[in-house]
Amino acid sequence: MNLTLQVWRQPSAAAPGKFVEYAAAGISPDMSFLEMLDVVNEGLIAKGETPISFDHDCREGICGSCGMMINGVAHGPERGTATCQLHMRSFKDGDVVWIEPWRARAFPVVKDLCVNRGALDRIIGAGGFISAYTGGAPDGNAIPVPKPSVDAAMDAAACIGCGACVAACPNGSASLFTAAKVAHLGLLPQGQPERFRRVLTMVAQMDAEHFGHCTLYGECQEACPKEISIDTISRMNRDYLRATLTVRPEGDLAATG
Amino acid sequence: MELNARIPAGPIDEKWDRARFDMKLVNPANKRKYHVIVVGSGLAGASAAASLSELGYNVTCFCYQDSPRRAHSIAAQGGINAAKNYHNDGDSVSRLFYDTVKGGDFRAREANVYRLAQNSLSIIDQAVAQGVPFAREYSGLLDNRSFGGAQVSRTFYARGQTGQQLLLGAYQALEKEVAKGGVTMIPRTDMLELIVVGGKARGVVVRDQLTGEVRSHLGDAVILATGGYGNVFYLSTNAKGCNTTAIWRAYRKGAAFGNPCFTQIHPTCIPVSGEYQSKLTLMSESLRNDGRVWVPKRQGDRRPPGEIPDAERDYFLERMYPSFGNLSPRDIASRAAKRVCDEGRGVGESGLGVYLDFRDAIHRLGAPKIRERYGNLFEMYERITAEDPYQVPMRIFPAVHYTMGGLWVDYHLMSTVPGLFVAGEANFSDHGANRLGASALMQGLSDGYFILPNTISHYLASTKLDAVAVDQADVKQAEADALGRVSRLLQIDGKRTVASFHRELGRIMWERCGMARTAAGLQEALREIPALREEFWQNVRVTGGNDTLNQTLEHGLRVADFLELGELMCRDALHREESCGGHFREEYQTEEGEALRDDDNFAYVAAWEFTGEGRAPALHKEPLEFEHVQLAQRSYK
Repeated sequence: MNLTLQVWRQPSAAAPGKFVEYAAAGISPDMSFLEMLDVVNEGLIAKGETPISFDHDCREGICGSCGMMINGVAHGPERGTATCQLHMRSFKDGDVVWIEPWRARAFPVVKDLCVNRGALDRIIGAGGFISAYTGGAPDGNAIPVPKPSVDAAMDAAACIGCGACVAACPNGSASLFTAAKVAHLGLLPQGQPERFRRVLTMVAQMDAEHFGHCTLYGECQEACPKEISIDTISRMNRDYLRATLTVRPEGDLAATG
Repeated sequence: MELNARIPAGPIDEKWDRARFDMKLVNPANKRKYHVIVVGSGLAGASAAASLSELGYNVTCFCYQDSPRRAHSIAAQGGINAAKNYHNDGDSVSRLFYDTVKGGDFRAREANVYRLAQNSLSIIDQAVAQGVPFAREYSGLLDNRSFGGAQVSRTFYARGQTGQQLLLGAYQALEKEVAKGGVTMIPRTDMLELIVVGGKARGVVVRDQLTGEVRSHLGDAVILATGGYGNVFYLSTNAKGCNTTAIWRAYRKGAAFGNPCFTQIHPTCIPVSGEYQSKLTLMSESLRNDGRVWVPKRQGDRRPPGEIPDAERDYFLERMYPSFGNLSPRDIASRAAKRVCDEGRGVGESGLGVYLDFRDAIHRLGAPKIRERYGNLFEMYERITAEDPYQVPMRIFPAVHYTMGGLWVDYHLMSTVPGLFVAGEANFSDHGANRLGASALMQGLSDGYFILPNTISHYLASTKLDAVAVDQADVKQAEADALGRVSRLLQIDGKRTVASFHRELGRIMWERCGMARTAAGLQEALREIPALREEFWQNVRVTGGNDTLNQTLEHGLRVADFLELGELMCRDALHREESCGGHFREEYQTEEGEALRDDDNFAYVAAWEFTGEGRAPALHKEPLEFEHVQLAQRSYK
């Protein structure tokens, strides 16, 4: 099949960007979306033009590197599918495809379709961990974890950190990303000692990175390639409320968990 | 070049304890005076960087992706082995040690493997403490499943995303240390040169992908945790960016390369569908717990699988290897699949495929149970092929997956360049000629959490490290070499794309140095690869410049190194006149078509030394002594 692409090209962070039209000819329906872009890029290189830059790595929907708005939808039209997993059989001969980078104040464009998602790493650094220093851990079976808890934790832990939730959200909020990690660690016994301090510090970092606030549009869970539920956001909000009421500064004798 | 493995004396189960006691320590107050560089942020790199920072060292960590959480360890699916014996089925540290040495076809160093088995217990504990959501039984205790090459159930897993969860545990620890200021994390950066001063590794030259700036970072020790080189075959299960550059550049600066031809082909990957294919997708070995591998008995039987009755199906792994059946180790299973396809009984349009069928498991356990175990893997398969594995059998074919070879390291994980340590898939140790499933995750974390923190401290405490300045001659030369390569690539302006060269190299490697190798084929490759390399440096087209993100330039730099590595791999495969593990020479096989080892002449690690541009490398041999596992023909019948 033959398609027409309208691709966002932006030579650098400071330079202005614009849409440029490209022809994607002779595309097989079994190709992945990124393989289609590879083919287009080979053609551009042959003509001496600058190929389209886009982030990608694993090409199997798990590393979270890839991410584009495809016809206005984060990661394209298929549910629970990252850009690299999208195949051209989801399109028809003659289609026009608009391709843009993630749009969010907190994700500055680096070049073409590549953006800077360092804000997500900083949210994790602010509390998305359990402070278990290497060595000295008890036996893995010392703390039984109820199966429903670990299954729910795994659902939330499946987040690949791609940022689609931010890109899909009209407010540019990172709530689903943050809530997924808060839920993952907060559902496990190992995460309890730091559970309430964690949600305070992670939300504070989220705000500091200029993400927007959550007003429960729910666009994020529709765009998420791992289909993470906004129930995690409800859970984060409950933990946050409880934390603001109970977390005391360190050294306060009245401090609770 | 002398190969001294520094294996401690004493009984094998005491060597690691003794070694740790004998190692020198760095006073806690002195640790902050040292600076360790870590290249790579996967399981081995992130765990090492986080652990060293926790101890008090200053760490700088680099990765080529935009975030350390994207390292390809994230894609590992099936699970991680540990000798906990929670299932009471006869497992033990000794048994895991034995299975791994045997699985490696008796080409690994016993002492290293025993330590790996010992550390496996602590790894699970550490991961659980970090909040890795391993699958649990209803009691709340950890669940296990079986994996290839083992008759006990010792694999811990988190659905089909174990690598992801283990990496996130290490990544989260890493970010904790970044926030505390102990680790400086520099993503979107490629290492282009190793800096050696006074015979010791003292830093790296890196290229910033966003600005093109090439600069040095100096330190007191360097750790390479940069993964495997499977992308020399172009198509592999690796991520697109995975490359050999860091270890290759170190090899050219004096780090011996161990067993480069020991590459692993994984039996169950989704078959190639076209020329544009950019990578191969793995279908986890864990699927072979419940799936049954088969092809039609009759050559040329093109009926849909549902129409072929059991009596006309050849469940060939069950037939050929009754004891292990569908869970035969990867090299055995891959060669068997190749054999039946060569006989004209392969399935799918290309005839290069075999069925992995869940019909019986779904019937026995019910679809919900299968979904619980493999849900995400089935979805992944359906997205790529548009076929539903709940209804029709999966089609799979072997694909390049892992590299047992890598830089040679001693018991301290130090290479032949003092101060250069190598961890995870980037080193050659532990897996011998074939890696068992669920052991890569184990090795990366053993190296990063539990070995390097000890051995790095010992190195720093026992080595005189002179101050090194950025404007020293050695440093400036390394920078110039790196920048020179970049400039050279940009100015060629030939007619052929980097990808086109990469694909052709991959084709040569797959045909000549793939599943089945011959002397004639390898010699042919040793003519074809240098010719291709020469054409590359005359005719490659790399558009753009070095002042902005230039993914073509990044790819070109990587392919340039693959074009050198490929030649070394073929040379290694040619010299090793035996078959063992993943290295199969058609001239050396048993009557039944199994690998025929030559223990009298080849029970050693082949460590290759770079002797200069355009010159043949020098071979050094580290003899392998098997005192605890009796050398035997490896049988899984």
